[in-house]
Amino acid sequence: MASVSDTGRGDLLLEVRNLQVHFYLFEGVVQAVNDVSFDVHRGRTLGIIGESGSGKSVSAQSVMGIVPSPPAKQLAGEIVLHRATPDGGTETLDLGRMDPRGPEYRDVRGGEIGMIFQEPMTSFSPLHSIGDQIGEAILLHIPDSTPQTARERTEDLLRRVGIPRPDRAVDAFPHQLSGGMRQRAMIAMALSCDPALLIADEPTTALDVTIEAQILELIQELQQDLNMAIIYISHDLAVVGGVADEVMVMYLGLVMEHADAETIFDDPLHPYTRALWQSIPKIDGPLEELVPISGNIPNPFAVHRGCPFYARCTERIQGVCDESPPPVLEPRPGHTVRCFLYVDDVGSDANGAMGD
Amino acid sequence: MVAYIVRRSVMLIPILVLISIVSFTIIELPPGDWVTYQIENLRASGIQLNEEEAERLIKMYGFDEPVWKRYIKWMRGILFKFNFGWSFQWGKTVNELLGERLPLTLLISILALIVSWVVAIPIGIYSATHQYSVLDYIFTFFGFLGLATPAFLLAMVLAWNIFKYTEFSPLGLFSIEYMDEPMSAEKFVDMLKHLVLPLIIIGLNGTGALIRVMRGNLLDELKKQYVITARAKGVNEMRLLFKYPVRMSMNPVISTIGWVLPGIFSGEVLVSLILGLQTTGPLLLRAVLAQDMFLAGSIVMILSVLTVLGTLLSDILLAVLDPRIRYGGASAR
Repeated sequence: MASVSDTGRGDLLLEVRNLQVHFYLFEGVVQAVNDVSFDVHRGRTLGIIGESGSGKSVSAQSVMGIVPSPPAKQLAGEIVLHRATPDGGTETLDLGRMDPRGPEYRDVRGGEIGMIFQEPMTSFSPLHSIGDQIGEAILLHIPDSTPQTARERTEDLLRRVGIPRPDRAVDAFPHQLSGGMRQRAMIAMALSCDPALLIADEPTTALDVTIEAQILELIQELQQDLNMAIIYISHDLAVVGGVADEVMVMYLGLVMEHADAETIFDDPLHPYTRALWQSIPKIDGPLEELVPISGNIPNPFAVHRGCPFYARCTERIQGVCDESPPPVLEPRPGHTVRCFLYVDDVGSDANGAMGD
Repeated sequence: MVAYIVRRSVMLIPILVLISIVSFTIIELPPGDWVTYQIENLRASGIQLNEEEAERLIKMYGFDEPVWKRYIKWMRGILFKFNFGWSFQWGKTVNELLGERLPLTLLISILALIVSWVVAIPIGIYSATHQYSVLDYIFTFFGFLGLATPAFLLAMVLAWNIFKYTEFSPLGLFSIEYMDEPMSAEKFVDMLKHLVLPLIIIGLNGTGALIRVMRGNLLDELKKQYVITARAKGVNEMRLLFKYPVRMSMNPVISTIGWVLPGIFSGEVLVSLILGLQTTGPLLLRAVLAQDMFLAGSIVMILSVLTVLGTLLSDILLAVLDPRIRYGGASAR
């Protein structure tokens, strides 16, 4: 993997700071994303893990500027993209301030940032051929492209993602391809304009395990070829463990823990992360009983005074964790955790949340 | 694609045969026939008809033959000579009668159809993309109002009010002074003036429903994943809207062609009656009342055939627009 800068983490590509997105629904307000910050570096993979409703997809959609709005509203936060310019320099784009439907954002979307979605069966329009839909992105983002060059490029892409007979697949309609082939075509579409960042939102959830392995391998291969950054969103811990360089664990719109992949799997700090790890079987190592996380995800409309995981946490501190929001701490360099357990003096520091 | 059309067309043949039988049977169902109706009329007006005379009339019109023989005779005329038979009531052939009425009927119906599509589809698209906006509520209000108001009532109210306030009678196709004139520029303008009201009434009649259909379909489509995928490619919102969800939501609208086609042929019966328009609608009504069986039977049959053909047409159009239908079944490649 190409690591360019001295830190060994590659060039900084995307910075998300204190992102806050709420959904204003008829039934109430859902705090889908609350104070989420992360960086993405070229050539590296950020894994985002979380249960349904944890805000992992909304975070990614915010970067893409495709959060349905209304009902969603971005209340705070910065999304900054450092994109390469044709002359070899970089320019800094403040995506958070752009009109998501305006021409500048549209230029980034599909060009600089590609996205793979969860549902290969419904991600393509059934009325248009694969070639038409991939070619559309190429015509939009690749300068001087014509329908002819777009078609050739589409064929190349389809070949690259391993679709047999790409010359025929270009004219195929989505319903003529199997789920795995459709997801490959989807990947081809996301990669059609050489994005610097690929967002993969549960790209293998709808596929069976063998196809999943193929798709994961394909994504990693393409990443190495293109020195692409990836945000990989999944609820599947094993998958994220396999692809990610660093991992972010989300729960109810909050980042609970964030560290590089090795650390977070070997030495998780947050009780939620630990509970997640205990709930999956390990192939190597001693046989242990699987421990499910007790209780359910709280009602998304609920507003929590303290830690949202309080009710299900086995290490909760009554009178502390349910009283005020837990602080974000950095017990080790590069390893952040949002939990009171790592405050040096829990009792006295309970209210003086160290914040972010 | 060709195979699909051929297959669908072959499937039509038994349906068409069945339709012709049913049409004929319907006409035969009420007790009595044209001759008995005439004999009753003659007797009622005091003319003494003896049994022999009546018998002779029945024979003359062929009503002594069994039903199936008359059916075959009628069908043979239609199939081989394109002759739909004789209208007793008008003393003309059915072909002649329809020839007189059809041009106006088609003109009004097709223009009205265009009016309703041109009004309803853009409004439906706007309402769906601006759901719960002020304009959406206004369109919805008038849409439901239009849906609930019978066209004939609107025709009466509007015709009366126009006459009351402008002294212009919007009834019929021409004003009295032009009635027997040859066609001229003034007469043409006069005709256009008379056409405005029926077009508005007949056209807007279906508009309310079409707005609701279009709005509902598009709202469903807008939420679909492929719309988000297209947006993620950076496609311009306007282009995206028309290329993907609008095209998808047109499918149900296109499948309405099946019953739009016979509607075009028959015209709005009640509205035509009220506005005094010589379309085929009132013709059918009078034919049924007078048991003018070949005329009524022919119109019923043409309407049914058009329904079937309309369905075929909309199926073919859907197949052209939607590849999933095109490659379905035996013709999959």
